[in-house]
Amino acid sequence: MSDNAIHDVERLACDVLVIGAGGAGLRAAVEARLAGKRVIVISKSLFGKAHTVMAEGGAAAAMGNVNANDNWQVHFRDTMRGGKFLNNYRMAEIHAQEAPDRIWELETYGALFDRTADGRISQRNFGGHEYPRLAHVGDRTGLELIRTLQQKLVSLQQDDEAAGEGPDKLQVIDETTITELFVEQGAVKGAFGYRRGTGRFMAIAAPAIVLATGGIGRSFKVTSNSWEYTGDGHALALRAGASLINMEFIQFHPTGMVWPPSVRGILVTESVRGDGGVLKNSEGRRFMFDYIPEVFKAQYADNPEEADRWYTDPDHNRRPPELLPRDEVARAINSEVKAGRGTEHGGVYLDIASRRSAEYITERLPSMYHQFKELADVDITAAPMEVGPTCHYIMGGVEVDAETAASKVVGLYAAGEVSGGMHGSNRLGGNSLSDLLVFGKRAGEFAAEHAAVTPAPELSEEEIAAAAQDALRPFANDGENPYELQAALQAVNGRLVGIIRRAEELEEALAELETLRPRIANVTAAGGRAYNPGWHLALDLRNMHLCSVATAKAALERDESRGGHTREDAPGMDPAWRRINLVASLDGDELVLTRQDVPAMTPELLGLFDPSELAKYMTPEEYRSTEAEDA
Amino acid sequence: MTTTEDSAVSSPPRAAIKARNLRIDNWRRGPILTVLGITAWVAYATFRVFYQGDYWVADYHYLTPFYSPCVSDGCVPESAHFGRFLPDHPLIPYAALSLPFLLAFRLTCYYYRKAYYRSFWLSPPACAVPDGHAKYTGETRFPLILQNFHRYFFYAAFLISVINTWDAILAFHSPDGFGLGLGNLILWANVILLWCYTLGCHSCRHVMGGRLRHFSKHPVRYRFWTLSSALNARHMMWAWITLASLALTDFYIMAVAAGWITDLRFIG
Amino acid sequence: MSTRTFRVWRGDAEGGDFAEFDVAVNEGEVVLDVVHRIQAEHAPDLAVRWNCKAGKCGSCSAEVNGMPRLMCMTRMNLFAEGEPVTITPLRTFPVVRDLVTDVSFNYEKARRMPAFAPPADLKPGEYRMQQVDVERSQEFRKCIECFLCQNTCHVVRDHEENKPPFAGPRLFIRAAELDMHPLDARDDRREAAQDEQGLGYCNITKCCTEVCPEHIKITDNAIIPMKERVAGDRYDPLVWLGRKIFRKGRSGSAAG
Repeated sequence: MSDNAIHDVERLACDVLVIGAGGAGLRAAVEARLAGKRVIVISKSLFGKAHTVMAEGGAAAAMGNVNANDNWQVHFRDTMRGGKFLNNYRMAEIHAQEAPDRIWELETYGALFDRTADGRISQRNFGGHEYPRLAHVGDRTGLELIRTLQQKLVSLQQDDEAAGEGPDKLQVIDETTITELFVEQGAVKGAFGYRRGTGRFMAIAAPAIVLATGGIGRSFKVTSNSWEYTGDGHALALRAGASLINMEFIQFHPTGMVWPPSVRGILVTESVRGDGGVLKNSEGRRFMFDYIPEVFKAQYADNPEEADRWYTDPDHNRRPPELLPRDEVARAINSEVKAGRGTEHGGVYLDIASRRSAEYITERLPSMYHQFKELADVDITAAPMEVGPTCHYIMGGVEVDAETAASKVVGLYAAGEVSGGMHGSNRLGGNSLSDLLVFGKRAGEFAAEHAAVTPAPELSEEEIAAAAQDALRPFANDGENPYELQAALQAVNGRLVGIIRRAEELEEALAELETLRPRIANVTAAGGRAYNPGWHLALDLRNMHLCSVATAKAALERDESRGGHTREDAPGMDPAWRRINLVASLDGDELVLTRQDVPAMTPELLGLFDPSELAKYMTPEEYRSTEAEDA
Repeated sequence: MTTTEDSAVSSPPRAAIKARNLRIDNWRRGPILTVLGITAWVAYATFRVFYQGDYWVADYHYLTPFYSPCVSDGCVPESAHFGRFLPDHPLIPYAALSLPFLLAFRLTCYYYRKAYYRSFWLSPPACAVPDGHAKYTGETRFPLILQNFHRYFFYAAFLISVINTWDAILAFHSPDGFGLGLGNLILWANVILLWCYTLGCHSCRHVMGGRLRHFSKHPVRYRFWTLSSALNARHMMWAWITLASLALTDFYIMAVAAGWITDLRFIG
Repeated sequence: MSTRTFRVWRGDAEGGDFAEFDVAVNEGEVVLDVVHRIQAEHAPDLAVRWNCKAGKCGSCSAEVNGMPRLMCMTRMNLFAEGEPVTITPLRTFPVVRDLVTDVSFNYEKARRMPAFAPPADLKPGEYRMQQVDVERSQEFRKCIECFLCQNTCHVVRDHEENKPPFAGPRLFIRAAELDMHPLDARDDRREAAQDEQGLGYCNITKCCTEVCPEHIKITDNAIIPMKERVAGDRYDPLVWLGRKIFRKGRSGSAAG
């Protein structure tokens, strides 16, 4: 079998290999191709179907089109607040500074954002953002982004063709999964994978690789993520010798659908709240006023009258508490349901029907209208929606250099959700689309630079054969069905590593994950290699398992509550933990955690905040030392 | 596998599914109703157009739209508002000047094209049901490329709608001068519906403003386009309603003219 | 909960047949839920393509009881109790395996579609467009590329030989999108639509519009306006005459 496998391996080579064809991957590919490199993009699904299409609300960029007071400093400040100051400040700074250029650039690729009255890109309000900041297209912004980048790639291919270049300058290989990275002496040199359609193997030699594989959400049963989100990039990076940070921080989006069961978890965009929707419990009470944390009291209204005035007069009123950062809203919903004030199906009500006209709702939220009408038989212009938290995004990911998006492994870059640090402990809505544009571009740029000075690597027959054997193992195993194992893994995560965590439960989770490990190693695939989803899942499972272990371990270690990590047995933020990132790496087969200091903000950036605000997050020495330096 | 040569949907490398369509809903209903409706209307209209009688109610100046404008030497002089210049011949309809254009307007109408391509020509009879023909070139060559002249027939139909409106105005008549009867209401209903059909035509929508690239620079034309678009969204409905209203209007006037019934008079 | 009978086509380009499964169906479920249950409980290697399961990515296109649909947006209560549900792959494209087809036809057609041409005199950030001017194109950009319209269109569904000259509804809305884009710098979109994409093959029988899960008015808002624009350029004698008379001294520019 292994001999045949070797002979049937398709051999390719390029300068920059991009794994992942979502927003970050495509943006990286555009940049690398514009730098003159030969680029291959690997897409796990069809071209243009990546999870980015699911993003609804918009892309945050301080263009100041709607409120001229907005600028990158304000955006930076919001991002740090949202991440509870655990962010890699330099990433947050670059992100806030470069996001507007990345958005404007999309217009030159053909994107058609909604407009302001004077013809500029319209911007909408969103949780945690001080000003209207999200460039958007109705509630399908992610689709616009992916289609724009997809069409830009096609136009670059057309340019190559017109210039007489071969098709190998920029290739998109769809429905292909990468199972292994090849590493030699601390540097990547290629990747191994299979085409889903035929099951045929593929080995690609490349001196620079960009990981842009997205997140891990499929390890949870209630998730807004698509099937591709199996943590492939996280696991590939770990196995290649890179490290992951902040894996304990998982964002549960406060508003996922809860009924009917088959759609549980599907996202209900935050724009519903940005456009006037409010959360109510089964008693009809607008409960978010009861959940405004101390650190946000200055920015959020404590009564409905002021909150409602904010929509028309944001300069003189505080924001409605429904627009608190996602972690706060998710926890509040969770508490209401636990206190017995939930809806029939275990959620709360999200009501826009009683607050906005039917025309307004269908114009501003067309896909939400459509989604509830078709999937739940609910007319959101007439009745409230039932919503509850759903696993949405992982803040943690590959530890990267802020400027270059480079990981610890030479030649390996990461951008988008698979990278970590940018969002700290909690991501603001809208910062994901801008993140993947800003750092996707940087990853492509620096990967191309690296490729320019690195000789073309060679892949040996032995390492290819070993990777092929690994990939074929499920056919020879005599263990369980992959679907059962995935359900078991999801059950562990959902029950024990969910939105509210406790030390004993996390220990239990780690023990259960340990018993799952040999079962997953022995997972069996039935049937042949051509388009066999059972086999595909069998191979994805080990990545999901590895990421789950990283999350559970880090969650157990961090005994405080911050952003997307809430410990019932350790409530409240601990300033000492604010200074620490938990870094996961592989030692042999074992995942190990180390503590590492969070990079300290520069005095200039600290100066953007009021010291009384910093006092809520930091130890006095941290921010006072800068006051002394300032003086 | 015997029918694979003529059935692309069943032929490898496509999935070799023997059934050429797997629809279990009643997809034949639409095309059958269309054939029945159009055939009945064409039969009635043909009979009426060559009947050459009972088209004019002298007392009230009702003129059926099937005979408007009446331009044959055979027309009653009072009914010929635009002169009489065509020879009176059994094979030349009295409104021979307008009828070909109206026929062509509806024949090249985007809605009727859909209707007859599906129901008469079976190309295709319904969605995901195989085409009834082995070869297909659509509207790329003669004669179907002439469908592109729809715009011209729209211009003609627009003028004819103006004439129908004029007929309806002249019909406020009685032997004592001004008059109003049920026939007037029917004529006006028909005219309004004809305008809804004509102004909602896809060519009209294009001419009004659809051809523009920047609506913001042409606010008035944008407004026209918006109105035309609103009518256009129900173009199929107007297409059928006007077939019915034309036939009913004609039948009512024929019945009054022939003395089978008397017009219900409100004034005069 | 009830048990329902499903007939699922299984096979590949070499051939195949229907397999029957009796599966439990719960309240509120869609066809894709049931296909997943068949995978988990009966046929782990049943090939099906899907991603988001929320009607946003356009991956799970198939034919259910003969009608092209997204499996994730087809609720089971659409079908009468006791009536078997038949699921086949798309029947216009080559089958890969089971419910998965090779949709590369659509990507090849997209490769030949000239991209948005940015205006030469505007830098990023300087684009100004009015909402009323972008709305028409925005409708077409709702397209999730499920290719149900391409699959349903009889021009290629029933006539394999038309695949080379005919780009299909998905690409017609792309042509319309760019021809109506307020700042696109090309003025040959309609010629390209007629000559390169085969717009004339369309006989506006509207099945593309009927099956569009995004409810894009493909025929009324894209194909017919493009046909009208072509007619205006090529077949309108008044326009033609006007051009003959006024052409001297000025070159034709895009309307408006």
